[in-house]
Amino acid sequence: MEILKVSGVNKAFGGLKALNNVNLAVEEGMVHAIIGPNGAGKSTLLNCFVGRLIPDTGSVMFGDTSLIGLKAHKINQAGVSRVFQTPEIFSDLTLLENVMIPTMAKRDGEFALHAFKRLDRDAEILDKSMHMLEDVGLAEKKDMIAASLSRGDKRRLELAMCLVQDPKLLLLDEPTAGMSRADTNNTIDLLKRIGDRGITKVVIEHDMHVVFSLADKVSVLAQGTVICEGKPQEIKGDPRVQEAYLGGAHL
Amino acid sequence: MTSKTSPMRDWIFFVVFAIAVLTMPIWLAPVGAGYPDLLQKFMIYGLFATGFNLLFGLTGYLSFGHAAFLGVGSYSAVWTFKLLGMNPVPAAFVAVVTSGIFALLIGYVSLRRSGIYFSILTLAFAQMSYNLAYSVLTPITNGETGLRVLRSDPRLFDSSNAVDGPLIANLFGIEMTGYAGFYFCAIVLLIAFFIAQRIFRSPFGIMLRAVKTNQNRMNYTGLNPRPYTLAAFVISGMYAGLAGALLCITDPLAGAERMQWTASGEVVLMTILGGAGTLLGPIFGAALIKYFENIFSAFNDQTLHEIFGFLPDFLEVPVVAVTSLFVGEGWHLTLGVLFMLIVIFLPGGLMEGFSRIGRLFKRSSGKSDSSGAAAPAE
Repeated sequence: MEILKVSGVNKAFGGLKALNNVNLAVEEGMVHAIIGPNGAGKSTLLNCFVGRLIPDTGSVMFGDTSLIGLKAHKINQAGVSRVFQTPEIFSDLTLLENVMIPTMAKRDGEFALHAFKRLDRDAEILDKSMHMLEDVGLAEKKDMIAASLSRGDKRRLELAMCLVQDPKLLLLDEPTAGMSRADTNNTIDLLKRIGDRGITKVVIEHDMHVVFSLADKVSVLAQGTVICEGKPQEIKGDPRVQEAYLGGAHL
Repeated sequence: MTSKTSPMRDWIFFVVFAIAVLTMPIWLAPVGAGYPDLLQKFMIYGLFATGFNLLFGLTGYLSFGHAAFLGVGSYSAVWTFKLLGMNPVPAAFVAVVTSGIFALLIGYVSLRRSGIYFSILTLAFAQMSYNLAYSVLTPITNGETGLRVLRSDPRLFDSSNAVDGPLIANLFGIEMTGYAGFYFCAIVLLIAFFIAQRIFRSPFGIMLRAVKTNQNRMNYTGLNPRPYTLAAFVISGMYAGLAGALLCITDPLAGAERMQWTASGEVVLMTILGGAGTLLGPIFGAALIKYFENIFSAFNDQTLHEIFGFLPDFLEVPVVAVTSLFVGEGWHLTLGVLFMLIVIFLPGGLMEGFSRIGRLFKRSSGKSDSSGAAAPAE
């Protein structure tokens, strides 16, 4: 079943055509990677999924819901979470608080005026958040301020914040950008583990190592169009991909 | 987090704070601040700053127009006196409601922008209110003269027992002046402080801190920051309105100058001076500024000569000449210097200073408490 269906999406910035008739279908439960050279329109496409950009034409369907024109928080409430290139976390708050916020957002909706409840007495939220922190291996650091974490740990925290909401679709924008090899491998392991939860993932990635160890299906984007689609092994050998993406070099 | 906050610790904290507030007339007497008029001001402006801090300290939205709510609260309170009678409870209630509605309107428009634009919008609204109160709205505000309660007013519920002498707010026969007025204000402050403490510890409170830290992530977490900021703005406006009502309860006169931008700036100073985002900070800041305003401004050359009388004449004259710049009319100079020093050396305000001193004590009293070092400073 298709969970995300993109058809005929166009987006231009002034004279620059960033997306040119993009068609894409993401199957439920799959890890779908979108790769492509710099400036191919990968991030633009992702931004069209989360309400940051509105395509000029075309449709983006999430199940039966059209995501076009919806506000970011509505899209999240519908079940789409996003991990950013630079981790977006609540850096002034503790790790536990960072995870409690999305947990509450999932339970209480986009706005709830709980001004007299005590947060530290909310066992349901506390337990769920603590479990999530344990899952990503940050339980010991729960009282640390998020700003003091390493890059790799910030990424884990951000993942925890997304996963605790049990999203139907998780969008990952270069999840290993700027990470050491060790951190990258840890993140890959973590992403593989959350595959067990059956969350559909769309990954934008530069690092071929990450793509080939994670993805079930790969779409190659070049100059705003999908030029090729298929299993990672098929993509590797496709001459069009090598021409556009790797400049003819053999992979 | 569970280790740092607990209902028990909050209750102890609150009880200690309540005792400290209620015994103020005793322990503030040695520094010359133990008289009711000044103590009332400590309470009222402490309340004002506590409310301001709920907006600025938690969400980071810097309102430069909070004096407008102070003024609206004052006018509502005086009108309640005029129409219903001199009981302070309905006056306070009406003031909270009207300033809340007023805050809802201003907040709805101003919160469409953030940062400096939000500050400018609130400032514009406050100045507009101030000028309206002076000119067009004279039938309601009595313009320059200020609004006061007259003997000819209906005062539906207490016109029968015609009193002699000046009209003063009274709670079932207790006149709200002097120490009675102070204790009334103190109890209102304690209730408001208790509510603020609950908000700090609540899910709502943490959402407000999330607004300050990262609105982008908040959006992508399925939360809508706008109603959170608007709720904080309205609550904060209600606190200001209540403070305005207390000003009239202790002295039933409302003037437009209460809404001027200097008054809005003062509450910003109080909050930053004491420590934005902390519970006690704004109250310390308010007390410090009101203390300086009342005590330092009362110094004159005569008192300075008495203080420095022990010096030989050739020293006494220049010393008095220099220090007199900082007292009396020049007390603002002292306040300005103090403010600069605190912002430069203690960006977290007085509260940061206290916690630094506290840590020094902890360290010198033995390093056995190593677990405390792991917890980061808040």
